[in-house]
Amino acid sequence: MIFEYAPAPESREVVDIRPSYGLFINGEFVDGSGTPFKTVNPASEETLAEVATATEADVDRAVQAARKAFGVWSALPGSERAKYLFRIARIIQERARELAVLESLDNGKPIKESRDVDLPLVAAHFFYYAGWADKLQYAGYGTTPLGVAGQVIPWNFPLLMLAWKIAPALACGNTVVLKPAETTPLTALLFAEICQQADLPPGVVNIVTGAGETGAAVVGHPDVDKVAFTGSTEVGRLIARAVAGTNKKVTLELGGKAANIVFDDAAIDQAVEGIVTGIFFNQGHVCCAGSRLLVQESVAEELLSSLKRRLSTLRLGDPLDKNTDIGAINSAAQLAKIRELSEAGEAEGADRWSPACPLPDKGFWFPPTVFTGVSQSHRIAREEIFGPVLSVLTFRTPAEAVEKANNTPYGLSAGVWTEKASRMLWMANRLRAGVVWSNTFNKFDPTSPFGGYKESGYGREGGRHGLEAYLKEIS
Amino acid sequence: MSIPTASSNASLRAFLHGLPGVDRVGADARAAGLGTRSIKTTAKRQAIDMAISMVDLTTLEGADTRGKVRAMCAKAVHPDPTDPTVPRVAAVCVYPDLVAEARDVVGSSGVKVASVATAFPSGRSSLEVKVADTAMAVAAGADEIDMVIDRGAFLSGDYVKVFEEIQAIKEACGEAHLKVILETGELATYDNVRRASWLAMLAGGDFIKTSTGKVQPAATLPVTLVMLEAVRDFRDREGRMVGVKPAGGIRTTKDAIKMLVLVNETAGPDWLDPDWFRLGASSVLNDLLMQRQKLTTGRYAGPDYFTLD
Repeated sequence: MIFEYAPAPESREVVDIRPSYGLFINGEFVDGSGTPFKTVNPASEETLAEVATATEADVDRAVQAARKAFGVWSALPGSERAKYLFRIARIIQERARELAVLESLDNGKPIKESRDVDLPLVAAHFFYYAGWADKLQYAGYGTTPLGVAGQVIPWNFPLLMLAWKIAPALACGNTVVLKPAETTPLTALLFAEICQQADLPPGVVNIVTGAGETGAAVVGHPDVDKVAFTGSTEVGRLIARAVAGTNKKVTLELGGKAANIVFDDAAIDQAVEGIVTGIFFNQGHVCCAGSRLLVQESVAEELLSSLKRRLSTLRLGDPLDKNTDIGAINSAAQLAKIRELSEAGEAEGADRWSPACPLPDKGFWFPPTVFTGVSQSHRIAREEIFGPVLSVLTFRTPAEAVEKANNTPYGLSAGVWTEKASRMLWMANRLRAGVVWSNTFNKFDPTSPFGGYKESGYGREGGRHGLEAYLKEIS
Repeated sequence: MSIPTASSNASLRAFLHGLPGVDRVGADARAAGLGTRSIKTTAKRQAIDMAISMVDLTTLEGADTRGKVRAMCAKAVHPDPTDPTVPRVAAVCVYPDLVAEARDVVGSSGVKVASVATAFPSGRSSLEVKVADTAMAVAAGADEIDMVIDRGAFLSGDYVKVFEEIQAIKEACGEAHLKVILETGELATYDNVRRASWLAMLAGGDFIKTSTGKVQPAATLPVTLVMLEAVRDFRDREGRMVGVKPAGGIRTTKDAIKMLVLVNETAGPDWLDPDWFRLGASSVLNDLLMQRQKLTTGRYAGPDYFTLD
């Protein structure tokens, strides 16, 4: 019997999108001096709002506001700062549905994910760092904040990356100037409203919108003490160059090409789920995505047929439908990049496969795609695609799995699937990746530090370790 | 891996323990994820009727009487006397001594008569008694036999005993369909659930069923998921389809719909049929009827508007 799920859209009435947005500086929304830009819904290409562009002068005003607020904010006892952070966390929970719908509209991710993953993690992050604010002396990194933090975040998890940046900065007594990505500014601007609602002192959080130039102005501003960036390795390099020779402290969380390693003794059904979560969660727009599947040759055929069957059940479409598994690609530019690399995969001789999957006429879409017969020398095995595209490679022995997994300029994450605990530990000790997931993938928790090796960046975010980036070293 | 001949515990053990393991955390997460599917409007209507047509309406109490069984069977044939468009349920499930009574009421309505057998619910008796129990139910007109496996033998590694017992009962069933109750609450681990599922299928069971309803936990979503994976993989390997029946603890329409989603996205639409999927339950039927009426009229009626049988 065919069981057809009827459309089950989440209502967009819960969120009130204004026709235009200004910059959030010193606790108020103000006009930007640059030419405003439009942010679109990637699932329909409809314009959602017009957003101000911050010029160098606007960024300067924001940094000055943050500098002024730093005096007040850093002088507050930790327990007082904690009150504000707890209040923000609670408001986020109260307004979670509104934030989730807005995130899905602006980003294209399925509501199921923004509702069940992004928003709970965002609130958890603020709760977690609120708890640290009055306990910094026990963390081991000193208690002296740095000053003004300039933070630039990507479009793949707009609100979650904001939380990763702002929560620890504020808990430690810093103030921030944050630039959201130009394709996904709306939840950061709604967060600015939440700061007002929480009566956060003016200037503690400033949000400046715009494209790369605005970001460069934030990073390059001489009165910024700390730079935190999440995004591409390419931009990360520019930032490292820009801050070299200054006193700015830097953390960079960049790209990845993670190996998801499945041994022949793995729990196959759960490994299949882990592969799906690893690469198709958030349309593969995940820096730590398990984009390289390394499967032991003895089970490769069986695993791939299970995987293909499972992929045929994925539901692609309207991000606001509660049953959607795969949403829209965030932008036309990203879609072009995914297409280009996928075509390169075919040209290099890998076998391309996608389930029967009709794509909507409007918007930016890419079907879940699997490449088999991939070798280490193919571009699709080396470059970050940042889309729903999985490259499958095989290995024969644990040593070969480690060698292939580590043979990449990146080192953000890895996953290992085996029911044998001794092999799990053996692998974890040898994989050069900031996170190694054991029989799971893409699991996040505010208590767990996150960050990369090599070209995946430096510094850690989350957990006790995440405080270090926002405190002056003890000399 | 080749299918064993089941001649020795060693060969059965090698086969069953060679099946891929089940990671509990992952299986729980998958079941919970499928549980968030939002089934609304036309899909809900379809799901409710599908669920009603898959119910094995059950009474398995020491206090069961002929009157109780007759009343339940009447409801099985006409779940909602005020609305003839409501489908009949799949089967009624009773103790062997009440099979004749049930048979008499359901007649040629199409509702099947299922009987538990084999020293239900513990299964603690000799094979002779279990076969006799089965034969008695079949002779009284049972279309389906719900047997219990010997969990003690399974947990002590005596797979041959479990296997041969299922084979013997299958033979005693004759034309009747055999459902094999694993009593997953006593098997405890998902690895055991997968192994017991395969053992029951290899021995010839037509259905695998989670529970007697007398032990908690009973038909949880992840246990049902593991069993659906087993029947799916068994068909891939052996070419034979085996049905699945979660039983015990399914009380609301929401519970029932989650089960159907699980079937749809795990074993696939082929199993969305009363011949291949059943819901062992009693109290769920009135909730399904209540939700069905709400979809039709837009209003909830009170519980007194639905019969208690």
